[in-house]
Amino acid sequence: MLGLDRKDFILLLVVFALVVLAPFLLNPFPTNSAMAQFNAGYPDLMQRFVIFGIFAIGFNLLFGLTGYLSFGHAAFLGVGSYSAVWMFKLLSMSVVPAIIASVIASGIFALLIGYISLRRTGIYFSILTLAFAQMSFNLAYSVLTPITNGETGLQITLADPRILGVTATESGSIPVTNLLGAEMRSTYIMDVGTWAFQFNVGYYVCAAIMLLAFYVSVRIFRSPFGLMLRAIKANKTRLNYTGLNIRPYTLAVFVISGMYAGLAGGLMASMDPLAGAERMQWTASGEVVLMTILGGAGTLIGPVLGAGVIKYFENIFSKINSSVLESWFAFMPENMQHAAVYVSEHFVGPGWHLTLGLLFMLVVTFLPGGLVEGGQRLSRLFRRKPQKDAARDSTQSNPAE
Amino acid sequence: MDAIILQILNGLDKGSAYALIALGLTLIFGTLGVVNFAHGALFMIGAFIAVSVQKLLSLSYVTLDETRTDFLGNPVKVETPYVVEWFGPEVGATIIDWSVPIAILFAIPIMALVGYVMERGLIKHFYKRPHADQILVTFGLAIVLQEIIKHYYGANPIQTPAPDALQGSFDFGVLIGFDPNVIIYPYWRMVYFAFAALLIGSVFAFLQFTTFGMVVRAGMADRETVGLLGINIDKRFTFTFAMAAVVAGLAGVMYAPINSPNYHMGMDFLVLSFVVVVVGGMGSLPGAVAAGFLLGILESFASMNEIKSILPGIDQIIIYLVAIIILLARPRGLLGRKGVMEE
Amino acid sequence: MGILEVKNVGKRFGGLKALSDVNLSVAENSVHAIIGPNGAGKSTLLNCLVGKLIPDTGSVMFDGQSVLGRKPYQINQMGISRVFQTPEIFGDLTVMENMMIPCFAKRDGAFELNPIRAITAQKDIIAHAESVLADMNLLEKRDMHSASMSRGDKRRLEIAMCLAQEPRLLLLDEPTAGMARADTNNTIELLKEIRDKRNITIVIIEHDMHVVFSLAERITVLAQGTPLVEDVPAKIKGHPKVREAYLGESQPA
Repeated sequence: MLGLDRKDFILLLVVFALVVLAPFLLNPFPTNSAMAQFNAGYPDLMQRFVIFGIFAIGFNLLFGLTGYLSFGHAAFLGVGSYSAVWMFKLLSMSVVPAIIASVIASGIFALLIGYISLRRTGIYFSILTLAFAQMSFNLAYSVLTPITNGETGLQITLADPRILGVTATESGSIPVTNLLGAEMRSTYIMDVGTWAFQFNVGYYVCAAIMLLAFYVSVRIFRSPFGLMLRAIKANKTRLNYTGLNIRPYTLAVFVISGMYAGLAGGLMASMDPLAGAERMQWTASGEVVLMTILGGAGTLIGPVLGAGVIKYFENIFSKINSSVLESWFAFMPENMQHAAVYVSEHFVGPGWHLTLGLLFMLVVTFLPGGLVEGGQRLSRLFRRKPQKDAARDSTQSNPAE
Repeated sequence: MDAIILQILNGLDKGSAYALIALGLTLIFGTLGVVNFAHGALFMIGAFIAVSVQKLLSLSYVTLDETRTDFLGNPVKVETPYVVEWFGPEVGATIIDWSVPIAILFAIPIMALVGYVMERGLIKHFYKRPHADQILVTFGLAIVLQEIIKHYYGANPIQTPAPDALQGSFDFGVLIGFDPNVIIYPYWRMVYFAFAALLIGSVFAFLQFTTFGMVVRAGMADRETVGLLGINIDKRFTFTFAMAAVVAGLAGVMYAPINSPNYHMGMDFLVLSFVVVVVGGMGSLPGAVAAGFLLGILESFASMNEIKSILPGIDQIIIYLVAIIILLARPRGLLGRKGVMEE
Repeated sequence: MGILEVKNVGKRFGGLKALSDVNLSVAENSVHAIIGPNGAGKSTLLNCLVGKLIPDTGSVMFDGQSVLGRKPYQINQMGISRVFQTPEIFGDLTVMENMMIPCFAKRDGAFELNPIRAITAQKDIIAHAESVLADMNLLEKRDMHSASMSRGDKRRLEIAMCLAQEPRLLLLDEPTAGMARADTNNTIELLKEIRDKRNITIVIIEHDMHVVFSLAERITVLAQGTPLVEDVPAKIKGHPKVREAYLGESQPA
């Protein structure tokens, strides 16, 4: 089905269902309940889930398959965002040209950077990509200000030409991004009892593109091209002596991966038409690395999971403040409550990055295969008992061969 | 001519910092085989030790001076630093004034401890893991350290002045026959350069003239063989790491007056120091030092208005540009040995 | 005119003369062994043949074309496959996946961007890979993780991968190094089978005289970077120059 085998097709269906039903699934708590703060079913956050999902899927194609660790992927995201905003400024507020432009621009940019960086491997490659990204970031802040609008960031204004659209709406305000007239920001709220489910146009546009991106990534994983990429990670020497030229493979996947990042950047700008240099900073590059690793590099679903988990916790943790913590620990005696609040305060609100860093360390140290591996380990743990004897037999028979 | 000398001088202090951080990075990479992305954080911790010591020494108690009143008629609050109380006004004031150099005394044991804990607690588990894992875990650690500092010291840079006696500038031009006020150079930057030179010198001397240093150098040349000689490598690894931490920390302490410490200074310097290591040649200590100064000076040249008017923005990217060219043209770096991490 | 013609090849590393004036002619569909004590330049010579090293002087012609200046993958595409001293396989992949890579390289050339079509749809590749695996008695291990195989099986797989490309020249670098006697004998049998069943030229570098004398049709003895003698096995045995070169070596067979 769709050129996939059964297992992959089921996976695709599951992802499809999750993404389509996300407004319900992420909104399990009634609006007025105390737990409502854990809801994630609002447009802004759901958009981020899928957009960063695309970013991580693309990063995983490079890192997960070939093992080339790029520390500069945020540069492509930034290029994508800038190109999209320029399309909004020059052409029209339709997201179609913006998204196309962002993919093309980031692809060309990735071709340029990849052509040079891929002459090296290992940590040299990481440092080269990092250097390029930092260069782009610094330039976006300084000389390229006419294109990037420097520190303020690139925004759409009433003075923009928008030759295919309108400069201003009839009421004299800045027009909003849309797809064939459907505004990205428009949201339909469905009230069911005390629940309020939100269905946002922008989210579903991003979700559709994300599903497509995911599907393409599955196809790449299962293609001869994907096999060659995995072979690059496994043994470059053998590949060289097997008559395959590594460079075009790595370059191709680097460009594809850069286009995914650009697509994510373009979508980000389509949801909220502005672009700033901070999107290119190396901390942003680090974030996508973390998403991929946390979910499970080299797995299909891992990066999507990782992006979701990180964006969810970022959102929840950043919202929690000391008064919320006090109410949580209210059951404790007063001194203990203060102590508990004092300790946990470090990890929430602005301290979210601390949690992120710790998470990073814990995952790399104890779960290098990420959540997917963790899940596999757990399921093996539960299935272990009845198969114990069989497993022992097979391990014993192996060395004898 | 005067402009050139001035730019060289200006490049020296940043170059010193690059060189010191890159030295530690190289030492760690060469002996332990670990790519330490948290090394910049050690530099930052050093700078914040200077901040803390300055604050600590200025800790005061408040007394009310009944003889004087402010405009509302309340007695004036007088803050007396404890050190003034203990050592008398003259000595006390001097101690506060010289708090940054004094911080060195605190920084050495603290940084050694930080290095020890880091190596034993985390890094040692990553000796056999791929470089990518090492990069990622130390990157995570760098974020954690940075966030902890941010939590306690806030996001804004904290001014940490040098001693009064070293506040002024030195008219370097007069000394070599230029007009007065053409080449002036702040005293503290001179101190920083001298300090860095001293520190680099002692690290090299240590490696050159002690048995311990010999083993470390041998380990950098051929890790596996040294391991086979039955030498307790583990202890030496820990010591090397602690030493690199101290070097980075001291570089940070002394840098505090030049650039007010902020929580992300470590990351800023780290990226550049990595570039320095690569340019100098992965695993080459002299290469790291030479490239550190070279890039510091190049950066300072690139920020000259004459050059910026021809190549706008060049000051922002010069270091990266040089690194890219070097990596492509001479992958082993300026002074790197052939075959070390070339691919 | 042999299929592989090495003429006057020399290679220096700094002050060290690794190879000088090496001449070698390997006849098509023969097994040619290169032996010599440690440091004789066997591996350097091999590396010059596959493009890992470029000789300072001389020429290396394969089937009338020069291999010099070509990259390893280009030389492989000319029809030269190499087996390493320690098996180089794709450890992360399954046996079948390992096999498919050389099959793709053979069919599609050095680079083919086909990111969408599924591997499982490539029936011809799978059939070819399976037939070679069957020849090598590895078919029942087709879905095994290749890193978890025994060393002997890894060696077998590596040879299978080379054969899947249907090379005209197979280079073997000490294929029995570090093997137990039984495994060595198995490898000899395997190589004999390959020699007899396929139209293929084999150049083998070997330390173990037992292997060399049971396989080779011609032997070149290399010492200190130059060929000492080249002859049929019967004449190499007991050749005074060879004895001299091996003096002090543990086992001149």
